[in-house]
Amino acid sequence: MNDAALEILGVSKRFGDNLANDDISLSLAKGEIVALLGENGAGKTTLMSILFGHYVPDTGSVTAMGKELPPGKPRAAIRAGIGMVHQHFSLAPNLTVLENVMTGTESLCSPVSNVAAGRKKLLGISERFGLKVDPAARVGDLSVGEQQRVEILKALYNDARILVLDEPTAVLTNIEAEKLFSTFKEMARLGLSLIFISHKLDEVMATADRIVVLRGGKLVAERKASETSKAELAELMVGRKVTRPVRDPSTPGQVGIEAAGVTVRVGGVDRLKSIDFRVLTGEVLGIIGVSGNGQATLAQLLSGTVGRTAGDLFLFGQHVGDLTVADAVATGIGRIPEDRNREGAIGEMAIWENAILERLARFSRRGLVDRKAAIAFAGRILSAFDVRGGSPTSRTRLLSGGNMQKLILGRNLIEHPRILLAAQPARGLDEGAVAAVHERILDARRAGTAVLLISEDLDEVMMLADRIQAIVGGRLSPPVRAQDADARKLGLMMAGEWEGREVTDAV
Amino acid sequence: MTALIDILGSAGLWAAVLRIATPLILGTLGALLSERSGVLNLGIEGIMTFGAMIGWLAVYNGAGLWTGLLVAALSGAIFGLLHAALTVTLGLSQHVSGLGVTLFASSFAYYAFRLMVPVAGTPPTIVPFQPLDIPFLSSLPFFGQAFFTQTAPTYMAILLAVLLAYLIARTPVGLAIRMTGENPHAAEAQGINPMTIRYGAVVAGSALMGVGGAFLTLSAFNSFFPTMVQGRGWICIALVVFASWRPERALFGALLFALFDGFQLRLQTVLSGVVPYQIFLMIPYLLSIAALAVMARRARVPQALMQPYRRGER
Repeated sequence: MNDAALEILGVSKRFGDNLANDDISLSLAKGEIVALLGENGAGKTTLMSILFGHYVPDTGSVTAMGKELPPGKPRAAIRAGIGMVHQHFSLAPNLTVLENVMTGTESLCSPVSNVAAGRKKLLGISERFGLKVDPAARVGDLSVGEQQRVEILKALYNDARILVLDEPTAVLTNIEAEKLFSTFKEMARLGLSLIFISHKLDEVMATADRIVVLRGGKLVAERKASETSKAELAELMVGRKVTRPVRDPSTPGQVGIEAAGVTVRVGGVDRLKSIDFRVLTGEVLGIIGVSGNGQATLAQLLSGTVGRTAGDLFLFGQHVGDLTVADAVATGIGRIPEDRNREGAIGEMAIWENAILERLARFSRRGLVDRKAAIAFAGRILSAFDVRGGSPTSRTRLLSGGNMQKLILGRNLIEHPRILLAAQPARGLDEGAVAAVHERILDARRAGTAVLLISEDLDEVMMLADRIQAIVGGRLSPPVRAQDADARKLGLMMAGEWEGREVTDAV
Repeated sequence: MTALIDILGSAGLWAAVLRIATPLILGTLGALLSERSGVLNLGIEGIMTFGAMIGWLAVYNGAGLWTGLLVAALSGAIFGLLHAALTVTLGLSQHVSGLGVTLFASSFAYYAFRLMVPVAGTPPTIVPFQPLDIPFLSSLPFFGQAFFTQTAPTYMAILLAVLLAYLIARTPVGLAIRMTGENPHAAEAQGINPMTIRYGAVVAGSALMGVGGAFLTLSAFNSFFPTMVQGRGWICIALVVFASWRPERALFGALLFALFDGFQLRLQTVLSGVVPYQIFLMIPYLLSIAALAVMARRARVPQALMQPYRRGER
């Protein structure tokens, strides 16, 4: 192919025992959008890092615009017109948009920085591609979606002709993601070539011209978007048929947890405004909403890390004041926090230590930790919840995201909690792990646990929840039954479209 | 009360303030440059001591005063190189490495001094920098005596503060330094080598610290004794925070601290006999802590300060 903008030939890369990329070849035409699909650990990010010169491949070459790139030289990749948009943004929050974009674009020996010219160029690009941005704004003050725009602008400012995006929608809301993909199409129309990494089938099907599937470091398939289906891609990606679990009917029992008019004020702001909800044992209540609308505070309230300002909280009909973390543990409230790396587990500590931390008293003997019992307990979790990639004594950090989440789930579910609080339990996990996590949550429901599921994933909530309430700006909508809900209705609820009108089918 | 006003109104106080401030300005600028790139350099106290010693020693052995400053700068740069090798290349703890450099450089300074200069009852002296006579300005009433009777290095220090402020805020290399201190991965992704930037900033910053130390022996005083830096390096580290990592504010902070210090020196003579004079020695530090508490709460710390950068790791 002579019109190929980018050509990767026979690239392999080994890290220790792990062959991250195994003889991968792929090409990208001008004006084409290619999606690189694969589960976590399939080698997508490694391949992109090689492409951008962060890693040196063991074998193989990268050719951009007909010229072979020297390996391991990011600067050469930039000069050849490759722009990388990282999953974790490479931005400095304390600097302005313009400063972030201009870094490294001028000679370091130059006695003065031509800010005016840089500003003009940036505004020109932002106009051309419809990526609106204020050059003087401090990056830390921007929303996540805007920060991503800055990342893209940074690449375009360096005259990128080939854009490489690593999981561009991982941190975006649905609406932001849709906007981003229409920008992609516009860029392709203007002659840019794009590669984006993803494990979300919907966006891959909707956006890409061609889809390349990686699995276990190998390129397993290449399909035109028009000639494949989500089911086929899922199978290619996982290597076997994936069936998502189904929620069977259950008979809810007593009220497990109930909030009546609870308001929580944090730092002078009402994060939760007079919310009402009740979760019955043996059912899942889904709280749907765009991230940042009070979900974090709701989770903290029930985990005992924040107190009420007003309103009442009941557990199994008993009036409780403010919960403390110890109360939550004693009552049997299992907690799956939103940010598993920061709040869910301590990466530097061993798996067994993470497993017993909240039940330390039970694993103490004569003032010392009973290591043997603790390690046995952790071992039980690992086998019962199919946690792979570590033994009870290995460091928790070494687990993949999905396995760490299974560990956290196991730690909570192994003792059959009466209440389970699951915040974004499947965020950032790949297909196989999502199915496993969902399965476990439904198991808990079947066993009579009252489950409160906080999520911004419509599919997840519709699949798992019996009843659904939307959270918007700290307020909760009245609940609707899952069978009465559809994506459109929930979308309206998430936009706050319930106030001032009767929700007739409120439960 | 009138005594206080008398002190503030004396031209001698203001002349002293500029003199006291000079080593602080140089040291603070050095620490600030290094921290802006993400490296804390607690070697400052030792580097200043060594600079004071080696600068003086060079002049004592017949070198010119400016050569003495240059030698001090070079010695600072070498200690900077050591600190950079430990913290940037090896990625070791910046605190531990810095304290190690301070202990090593101070002890080395005492040792070298003992080795080169015979023990004597009164330490040997050199002829230090003389006040510059600036035509017209120096002969102004009050202002002339207060502000224009300084030695050349003092004016140089003030000029350096302005230059560094410009360098950091307005030039591409300044932006590269700031980006490296905020997010070295982002700098790398834009084709800047964070390692090179950090080496440069630490070495240049340490050179400034060395010059700051040498000012003590070549201008403020005329001989060297081992305890003469007296915690000025630590004051500089605090002044960087007080200045929110901005050179122009560092200049202001150094002058403010020098004002407290010059003021207490005079207070000692006015109130001698009333209370032990040691109480006045505390005053500048107390006031600095108060000022720091007020100012530093709004400070914007370089996000990658004290975080070693390793390629390919996130």
